[in-house]
Amino acid sequence: MSMIAMPTPDQKILDQRQEIISALQAALPAGRVIHDAAEIRAYECDALTAYRCPPLGVVLPATTQEVSAVMKVCHQLGVPVVPRGAGTSLAGGSLPTADSIILGTARLNATLEIDTANRFIRVQTGVTNLSVTGAVEADGFFYAPDPSSQLACAIAGNIAMNSGGAHCLKYGVTTNNLMGVKMVMADGEIVDIGGAHLDSEGYDILGLICGSEGQLGIVTEAILRILPKPEGARPVLIGYDSAETAGQCVAEIIKSGVLPVAIEYMDRLCIKVTDEFSGAGYPDVEALLIVEVEGSEAEIKEQLAKVVKIANKLKPVELRESASAQESALIWKGRKSAFGAIGQISDYMCLDGTVPVSQLPFVLRRISELSKKYKLEVANVFHAGDGNMHPLILYDANKPGDLETAEKFGAEVLRLCVEVGGCLTGEHGVGIEKRDLMGNQYSAADMEVQMNVKDCFDPGWLLNPSKVFPLEASEARRSGAAK
Amino acid sequence: MNKSAAPVSEGEIAEIIKQAKAQLKPVEIKGGGTRDGLGCPVKTATTLSLAKLNGITLYEPGALTLVAKAGTTLKAVEKTLRAKNQRLAFEPMDHRALYGTKGEPTIGGVVACNISGSRRIQGGACRDSLIGVRFVDGNGDILKNGGRVMKNVTGLDLVKLLCGSHGTLGVITEVAFKVLPAPEREATLAIANLNTSQAIDVLSAALGSPFEITGAAHLPHNKGGALTALRVEGFDSQVEYRLSRLRKGVAAGLETRIIKGSQHDKLWRSIRDVEPFKNTSRCVWRLSVKPGDAPAIQQQISTMFDAKYVFDWGGGLIWIEIDDIENARANEIRKILSNFGGHATLVRAPAKTRLKVPVFQPAAPGIAALSSSIRKKFDPVGILNPGRMVVREPA
Repeated sequence: MSMIAMPTPDQKILDQRQEIISALQAALPAGRVIHDAAEIRAYECDALTAYRCPPLGVVLPATTQEVSAVMKVCHQLGVPVVPRGAGTSLAGGSLPTADSIILGTARLNATLEIDTANRFIRVQTGVTNLSVTGAVEADGFFYAPDPSSQLACAIAGNIAMNSGGAHCLKYGVTTNNLMGVKMVMADGEIVDIGGAHLDSEGYDILGLICGSEGQLGIVTEAILRILPKPEGARPVLIGYDSAETAGQCVAEIIKSGVLPVAIEYMDRLCIKVTDEFSGAGYPDVEALLIVEVEGSEAEIKEQLAKVVKIANKLKPVELRESASAQESALIWKGRKSAFGAIGQISDYMCLDGTVPVSQLPFVLRRISELSKKYKLEVANVFHAGDGNMHPLILYDANKPGDLETAEKFGAEVLRLCVEVGGCLTGEHGVGIEKRDLMGNQYSAADMEVQMNVKDCFDPGWLLNPSKVFPLEASEARRSGAAK
Repeated sequence: MNKSAAPVSEGEIAEIIKQAKAQLKPVEIKGGGTRDGLGCPVKTATTLSLAKLNGITLYEPGALTLVAKAGTTLKAVEKTLRAKNQRLAFEPMDHRALYGTKGEPTIGGVVACNISGSRRIQGGACRDSLIGVRFVDGNGDILKNGGRVMKNVTGLDLVKLLCGSHGTLGVITEVAFKVLPAPEREATLAIANLNTSQAIDVLSAALGSPFEITGAAHLPHNKGGALTALRVEGFDSQVEYRLSRLRKGVAAGLETRIIKGSQHDKLWRSIRDVEPFKNTSRCVWRLSVKPGDAPAIQQQISTMFDAKYVFDWGGGLIWIEIDDIENARANEIRKILSNFGGHATLVRAPAKTRLKVPVFQPAAPGIAALSSSIRKKFDPVGILNPGRMVVREPA
């Protein structure tokens, strides 16, 4: 059995299943409620596939008013609601419990307003991340946060997890690019926060909502900042024979005053697997950096010259500037398909801890020692500029005990990340995956104050209640919810 | 009688707050005291000064990270960063010109009021650079949120909640920032004699260009004629390139000149700190709006009364100076704004006006209720800067 526990479902709610489904059907247009056992299966897990549980039912509302109607029913009947974007969460953020309703954003897929003069786009939150850029690309704009799953993942989930991506060293993460939301509260009330203007009046409620993992409300519309596309961009590949030297190179580049849009790192195993998968043409080295700069042709040349000079001082095994747009695309294809490529050769657990950049070499060395201790291979691929690591622990789901070993290994790595001054999760969210480790980063009082804030939004603890906070810490609040 | 405490440690602050809570004696929290006029006036018997809780606790240029205790002066932070060619991305405004105050702003004060400057449009606000806080809440509990790494989604983001809460949710004791490299050079393309509507169009076009505009302002009452300013940054050749592309592009056919060196620095300090409105006692409003609405807002105001304007953030930030001190024209300004959206803050007015007129934009009922319940969770008996953000707090 796997290690992460979920609370026992509330029998009273299970017994009321038919009544709840009927109430939802009565509140919504036809076809919005899914309750057939076979169809519900599609919603039993997200991208953390080791954990599965069919929900009580699934609703797919198409408007804010419909979301409000769902929340009113669930609020009245005391039914937990688990919000779900595209279901790409690696942290189990949208894992249901048997007594919960999944509220999916799949039908909230309209682009409502594009305003390039004021540099924003207003969308329903079920749209995919990449489609936002797609909607404004012809006008010369883009939406900056670019998680690897951007082809599939929904803006709703990006807001819930405050998603990042490869280019956030320069452009920031979701919270830095979110200007406003329309949100349905736990009791069905609809509120507007922020807008086409900057910064909040009063408390920064918008800042609270972003990254709140669906625990404060259901965000149905978002106003997102769009940025003018740079004239051009070009990556350079730099290979070193040790993680230490690669780490030093990252720090030297940043200290020099050049701010690349991305600095990505891959280790030997990851390079090998992604290269075979994508044909990116990566060199066979211990540590590979992809450093990308942006601007006009002259600007790119000047910045790359600075980067190359720094890199050369540290004696790289290989250094290769992309020679064409095609080659650049291929280099990024390799990096962005890293998770998929590893997934083709093995089951894996993807960690997401962030460490201070100066601690990267130390943490990498410790991970390789732990890899020997637990006898599980690790592929490392991550955003080096901001210290957001992604160690992928390879295991065999069919081998009894392997997942448990991988989870123990992962927990030890994440505790290490916190010990050296970092955090449990840089962009994937806590979900259930890191829930029981929260006590390593935050004191009981630190968590209590966060739960106090949830109380203000969701006094009955019906929204995604079994996530983020260790179950024993949230027990009193959740059992209140069951009444 | 006004008592003043100047604790040297977080533990000492926690003790003071615990006592204040037990005795139901509110405290006013003070940084450098340079922004005392910001927010509704607070009247308490006790002042809690953060001046002695100072010092930079960590600075790693290679990780773009700086951590400082709240009472550290902004001057000290900026000096430390400058020595390594780095800076705070959000270019915090200095309110001393507007208020005529003395002393040194503290980094904790900057965070408590979420103070940003002209670069906010490109580099984000103070809240965007802030990656961690430590604070003492109204129970006297020492708490932390976020940390020292720039990507961190562990738990609820209270960092942003604390930023801009004007000391009403906790006494901020330590702050951590993501910092950025400073550019080699900055320069400005100045365009002469545009009206507001033309100016906002040019600023908007420039902000939609790939030249990473870090300042986009319009000064209609500039001596010698209206001035529209576009700031670019980067290494030497990059700045030249960007200026020339802007000149031939968005400013084609207009009367332009390039401003560099100390004149450039002076210009942007003046815009950031709203120096055109210094040394007067007239009321000053700060409006955050959709940039394209700026000309119409100015037009509607001008049909009702005389005012002076400074436009920043491509038109998204409007500073308005008006004559009426008594009511600060609050009803008129907020009425006009309600046609457009955004928010209006009464930044400068006599204390008696700020006791009467809501300084901050009154929130919609749902949000006001949320804010009030959050406040009660952090400060159950209401001892931290009571009345700073709303004129009359619900008991």
